[in-house]
Amino acid sequence: MIKFLKKFYLSIILVFLYVPIIVLIIQSFNAGKSRAKWEGFSLKWYGELFADASIMNALQVTLSIAVLAMVVSTVLGTLAAIGIYSMKKRPQAMMMTLTNLPNTMPDIVTGISLMLLFIFTKVERGYVTMLLAHITFDVPYVILSVLPKLKQMNKHCYEAALDLGATPTYALTHVIIPECKQGIITGAMLAFTLSLDDFTISYFTTSPLVQNLSTLIYSKARIGIEPTLNALSALMFVALLILLLIVNRRTADNSKA
Amino acid sequence: MRYDMSLPWWAWALMGAGLIAFIAMIAASIRRNNGVKRSLFAAPYTLWMILFTVVPVILIAYYAFTDASGAFTLDNFRHFWDSNYTKNQLYASLGPEAAAFITRGTVNVDTLVYSLWMAFLCTVISLLLGYPAALFMADRQMKLGPSLVVLFIIPMWMNFLLRTIAWMSLLEDQGLINQFLRWLGFDGVKLMYNSGAVLLGMVYNFLPFMVFPIYTVLSKQDPKLGEAAQDLGCNELKTFTKVTLPLSLPGVISGITMVFMPSVTTFFIPRMLGGGNSMMFGDLIELNFLTEGNWNVGSALSLIMMILILVSLSILRKADPKGEGGGMV
Repeated sequence: MIKFLKKFYLSIILVFLYVPIIVLIIQSFNAGKSRAKWEGFSLKWYGELFADASIMNALQVTLSIAVLAMVVSTVLGTLAAIGIYSMKKRPQAMMMTLTNLPNTMPDIVTGISLMLLFIFTKVERGYVTMLLAHITFDVPYVILSVLPKLKQMNKHCYEAALDLGATPTYALTHVIIPECKQGIITGAMLAFTLSLDDFTISYFTTSPLVQNLSTLIYSKARIGIEPTLNALSALMFVALLILLLIVNRRTADNSKA
Repeated sequence: MRYDMSLPWWAWALMGAGLIAFIAMIAASIRRNNGVKRSLFAAPYTLWMILFTVVPVILIAYYAFTDASGAFTLDNFRHFWDSNYTKNQLYASLGPEAAAFITRGTVNVDTLVYSLWMAFLCTVISLLLGYPAALFMADRQMKLGPSLVVLFIIPMWMNFLLRTIAWMSLLEDQGLINQFLRWLGFDGVKLMYNSGAVLLGMVYNFLPFMVFPIYTVLSKQDPKLGEAAQDLGCNELKTFTKVTLPLSLPGVISGITMVFMPSVTTFFIPRMLGGGNSMMFGDLIELNFLTEGNWNVGSALSLIMMILILVSLSILRKADPKGEGGGMV
């Protein structure tokens, strides 16, 4: 009985989380433009989606920035994590403060501070500035996912590699990096997701000419969102879901083997 | 299509120089044959963070303490304390007729208090809803944990703005909830454009951030502790209040931080679901920067907000000195 109540509670919370998403997906199949009235099933918005230049453009910006920011921040962050790990106590603590600083700043302050930097240095805001901003907020997350793995690693593994004749560089690429691979992957995924979903920081660091999906949605929110955007996010949602299933299947297979 | 990748020449030069310096440093240290000095690996990151985090924060402070001409002033903070400061200045310069046109131009403490209150409510509600959820997820007998974590993450993949807008289509006067009520024969209720709707949107968006850290801490807890407490004569309730709850506090604190901070500063949710009736602090900052172009006042507001958050974080840290709360998942 108690078990049932617990499950019931969890399902209510999940329903709460999923209701808007279901509504959104249903709306994308609605033939009419109205948010509330069902006018029959249609795939028309999915067709129009690919013809809409501004949406396709924003999609390209969003995805390319997410990938680029992920790659750069993963490299930068992994290197930094290894660096921080091998530091002495004092500088290590200082670096951790620096790494935690962006986490203690609300998004809006991060966005505004970067905007001020670009205005102050007279750099025109656009694609590059948005990319720089995304890398900036991604790197700490990569470090925070790699560092714990380094700390869990057996210190003697590295020393053993050296004793067995490995050069420090060889030991780095063949012992340390494989040991924290899981952390690097988590960090990269986190960076990609954060970049994909970011609105506030992008909003302040780009110009109206270069829009990602979030800023595009924001600029249209006042006039009314077209169902094409619902269609797009439904597609992206399903794509990510399939990706997740594939990853899960693979890890399940791996653990069986 | 191609993007304008133009940055001023000095920006490229700076980046190039930084990269070359880094490679040279590594190369030199390999050549010296003592391997690479590992701590150097953090150099590019350090430079990056100084340039894109520390310098921008200093800039905020700079703008907050200067006026439009760049002279030192405390006026920007006076704007904050004296709600009529801007208005009075404008009256003085434009005459009383201008009053009719100045509706949102005032900056005041009310907004801050309102935001803090809303964020507080949001945090409390998220905690009340999220703690049991995390507790049941971590329940070992039900074996639900990992798959439920995924179920909590998935909604976050849908664009956050679109999810908020989807709530609008549920809540509005002709929305789905009201249609349903009318179909049942009730009168429609006004659900949108009030604080309740804003609160709902905030709880909806930030609830997972409360659940994850609590779940992480709870699922790492040794089940033997609970069993020991029961062996020693505690009933279920007492086991919970004496053992499980105190041990999960680091997670709770981390959850509170992760919910409270974004909810004070959110500006999209109140703008959509509150319809602009109830301005929040993030709203106010955005307004000052982008609509009114008043960077100095906006910077002062950002600074006040940062300080408030840093103070509350350091108070919370006291309760969790070892930082065991961890982050997400």
